[in-house]
Amino acid sequence: MKRKPLLPLLPVALLAMWLLLNDSFSAGQVVLGLLLVALVIFAAASLRPVPAWPRRLHRAIGLIGNVTLDIIRSNLAVGSIILGTSRRQPKIGFMKIPLDMRDPHGLAMLTIIVTATPGTVWSGHDVESNVLTLHVLDLQDEAVWVRTIKQRYERPLMEIFE
Amino acid sequence: MNAILPWAIDFALLCFSLAMICAVLRLLRGPTAQDRVLALDTLYVNGMLTVLVLGIRLGSPVYFDIALLIAMFGFVGSAAMSKFLLRGEVIEP
Amino acid sequence: MNGMEVPLWAALPAALLLVCGALLSLIGSLGLLRLDEFYARIHAPTMGNTLGAGCVLLASILVSSALAQRPVFHEVLITVFILLTSPVTAILLMRAAIFRTPK
Repeated sequence: MKRKPLLPLLPVALLAMWLLLNDSFSAGQVVLGLLLVALVIFAAASLRPVPAWPRRLHRAIGLIGNVTLDIIRSNLAVGSIILGTSRRQPKIGFMKIPLDMRDPHGLAMLTIIVTATPGTVWSGHDVESNVLTLHVLDLQDEAVWVRTIKQRYERPLMEIFE
Repeated sequence: MNAILPWAIDFALLCFSLAMICAVLRLLRGPTAQDRVLALDTLYVNGMLTVLVLGIRLGSPVYFDIALLIAMFGFVGSAAMSKFLLRGEVIEP
Repeated sequence: MNGMEVPLWAALPAALLLVCGALLSLIGSLGLLRLDEFYARIHAPTMGNTLGAGCVLLASILVSSALAQRPVFHEVLITVFILLTSPVTAILLMRAAIFRTPK
């Protein structure tokens, strides 16, 4: 934890949300937004005691690109399963993946990435053994899924959040 | 000349209506309670997208706010219903 | 209908995105009807929720920016909101299904 934190996530996201909601970047709106941010930070300090400090944001660009690509690809795969163009029946099932990441924010991001990709739903996480249970629509090759999750998603998330 | 956008908007509205009919059928038929909640979730997302497309068609920024409100209340409703299925009560003591 | 004022550079990609997004949402909702088991059905609406909604919102951004003659980005809020909340519902439903299925 000796690296300097890059930016606090919550205030920046809140200010961006306020400016987008009002659809203007005038000075008055910025001041109002800053006021709101200060109020919410004050209120949230007791609600969420663990702030998120993302680092090495340049890794996030590649991650977002990868996730977008995977979402498009698995949309096409799930669509072909629904329309029945691939003749074989999909093999539905649960699988277990051991994780290395411990950071709660990283795990939350991994949850959203995995569930937002059609075809996979996060269905459980054991805190003690750090094993993730995944429900997959088309379970052909477990090793491919383990490699995808660990290499494409978990490694960059660990670099960003840990 | 520039009639491709109205055509696409009509096509999208037709698709969203059909999608909402599918979701309603599953909502009426669905054997288990979680099927019905899933159908309701799909229904509100499709309804929100319909409102957005109507907003493109009528060129009015008001529809953005309606869509945002539908998204927020729909999420709260689905989350509360799933939580109810999971625990038997929404707010735990 | 004031689609006449939308310039062609915005109308063409917006129409394409609208058709793609509508088809994706339709296929996702069709999956609700066609798949025969809850654990398979839960995957179907994710299509409409991610890429379908994303395409329609991108089209909305394009058209409203072209109409207002300046970048209008506030539809991004809905995209981010849907992207963040639909997984939460899916996970809660999945856990409810596991909990309620008799072993």
